[in-house]
Amino acid sequence: MASSCWGLPELLCEFPSLPNSTLRHMRMGIDDGFRGIVRAYSDQIDAATRPLQWFLNTLEHAFVDTPWFIIFALILVVVWFASRNPKIVLGSSMGLAFIGIFGLWEDTMTTLAMVTVATLIAIILGLPIGILMARSDRMQKILTPVLDVMQTMPSFVYLIPVVVIFGIGKVPGVIAVVIYAIPPMIRLTNLGIRLVDKEVIEAADAFGANPRQKLWGVQLPLSLPTIMAGVNQTIMMALAMVVVASMVGVGGLGKNVLQAINNQFFTIGFLNGFALVAIAIIFDRASQAFGKRLQKHSEAGHD
Amino acid sequence: MTDATTNTDTGNRSGIEIRNLYKIFGARPKDYVEKVQAGMGKEELNDKHKHVLGLQDINLTLPPGKISVIMGLSGSGKSTLIRHINGLIMPTAGEILYNGRDVVKMNEEELREFRRHETAMVFQKFALLPHRTVLENTCYGLDIQGVDRKESEPIAKKWIARVGLAGYEDNYPNQLSGGMQQRVGLARALANDADILLMDEAFSALDPLIRMDMQKVLLDLQAELKKTIVFITHDLDEALRLGDKIAILRDGALNQVGTGQEIVLRPANEYIAEFVREVNRGRVIRAETIALPLPEGELPKMKVKASSVLEKIARRMADAEVRTATVVDAANKPIGMVDMTTILTAMVTPASVEEGDDEVEEDSAA
Ligand SMILES: Nc1ncnc2c1ncn2[C@@H]1O[C@H](COP(=O)(O)OP(=O)(O)OP(=O)(O)O)[C@@H](O)[C@H]1O
Ligand SMILES: [Mg+2]
Repeated sequence: MASSCWGLPELLCEFPSLPNSTLRHMRMGIDDGFRGIVRAYSDQIDAATRPLQWFLNTLEHAFVDTPWFIIFALILVVVWFASRNPKIVLGSSMGLAFIGIFGLWEDTMTTLAMVTVATLIAIILGLPIGILMARSDRMQKILTPVLDVMQTMPSFVYLIPVVVIFGIGKVPGVIAVVIYAIPPMIRLTNLGIRLVDKEVIEAADAFGANPRQKLWGVQLPLSLPTIMAGVNQTIMMALAMVVVASMVGVGGLGKNVLQAINNQFFTIGFLNGFALVAIAIIFDRASQAFGKRLQKHSEAGHD
Repeated sequence: MTDATTNTDTGNRSGIEIRNLYKIFGARPKDYVEKVQAGMGKEELNDKHKHVLGLQDINLTLPPGKISVIMGLSGSGKSTLIRHINGLIMPTAGEILYNGRDVVKMNEEELREFRRHETAMVFQKFALLPHRTVLENTCYGLDIQGVDRKESEPIAKKWIARVGLAGYEDNYPNQLSGGMQQRVGLARALANDADILLMDEAFSALDPLIRMDMQKVLLDLQAELKKTIVFITHDLDEALRLGDKIAILRDGALNQVGTGQEIVLRPANEYIAEFVREVNRGRVIRAETIALPLPEGELPKMKVKASSVLEKIARRMADAEVRTATVVDAANKPIGMVDMTTILTAMVTPASVEEGDDEVEEDSAA
């Protein structure tokens, strides 16, 4: 063992770690304690996740059971209203056609439902957290390292506690995706609000705006482009995470990719991968174009 | 307050009374206020205690219905002072009285109401809301007050027209030039129908010609509205043009308070004299300011108005080849006389300020 250690004593050669037995006890203690807590509260946890389960199932059924051409048209309409750009609509329809032709429509709908739910939750939770963070420097000091950890922790690691607490299935999958995808939403909301021109805020104060009027009338509208960039990133991260989340029982495209990896199905892997890419591009272009449209008023130019 | 008809009852309005105001910036300002009151200066406070002395012992009355100008160089505390009037900055010590109430003692809700109804502000960099159109920007103060758009829009439109922007209601601020944006800033402030109008270097970001335009717009409006205006500038010409009363601030302390005439003729110290040096006195000083008592017996034949500036009078007297003239007031009643020597003495910069070189004020063209 110590042979490559220039003949140094053991203490200097190998980093002195806690004895193996201590480490094992510690691990088992934490894990058992954790499981114990989860078991004790399993009813409450079930009750708490039931609405989420219901929401997920309903949306997935809606997407999967509705005839394809209606969903197809619906997506294009949404893309059109978001972007007002015929090129993006055309690109989107090509992407969707590709998905349908290669028989991935249903799996794509499952994934879409998943990503939609995860993104909505990330926005609903991330926006107020971001606002709180922008309003208090202490909150920012506390949350910044937490977000750093969330973003650098390997995504697989999230699956472990989530599975311990919620078991296997769609709901734990969604929760893992939300945890992974929420940091940019929080960060960019915070950043956007903090970057709002100080003079404009002062003007709102000088006219007697109360905190609510300032938030809704000035801070949120002026930080909307940045917040939209956060939404965009959140969607992208959610799409990336659905593949990982398929390890805990989430269906759709991610599951196919996982199977392809296990069985070395080269073609299936790539087709499903490309379907994910297609959705990602549709979402990305549409939401970016929407963000740009929100900034229309800032385009200079006299008439 | 929804009634936007002009506020002209100057009679029983109170001015703004600033008393013994101190502002110290830093972590523990209260700890040092006594030392400053005992005479510690800005530098000592900064060197020894790392606190910035923003304002010291300000006592100032801003009369109702008049334009009071606060002047000073960059960093002299002008913005700090004007922000005390609507409570955007709270003092370390002192009071700000308006209509018998102390702004410093108001709670948050009272302060908001005070800002909504009694004050309005115009900013150096306009501070318009970029996502609102000109019309919506002008409605802003009324929106905050909770006035319905049905009521506020006609008011806003009136003021937009009044500042000369009719037709631009649906433009966004970024589509307008600086001068036009500041007109929106002015319309937004006026739509509030507040008595107090606070203007922090409102015209400093504008080109000289546009700036003159805006000064004229403001003077025209003021002739009609008679608001209590606090105007900040670092430009003496602007101060002289606009100010019924001028207060000069230096390092957070008031150096001199008076009319433009007083400040130009009798600068209180070297610092102000330095400011005043570059002024074209012939275009600032009025006949009434330097008029001598009426002579016994016959009055000079030439009559000049009390409010005429010396340059004009001198030219007329030179053309007519006379050496004396009678000063008459608006009702054509003689109130004094001027002679060429007095006029010339007043027009040239006093020797004490000239620092030895004997050049007469150059005649900078406007
Ligand atoms: N929040 C603050 N914290 C610390 N010091 C401050 C603060 N605000 C202002 N000061 C200091 O107070 C002094 C006066 O600042 P103020 O902004 O009132 O000057 P001003 O006369 O408006 O200058 P300008 O012409 O540049 O606008 C300056 O020395 C400035 O550094
Ligand atoms: Mg300033």
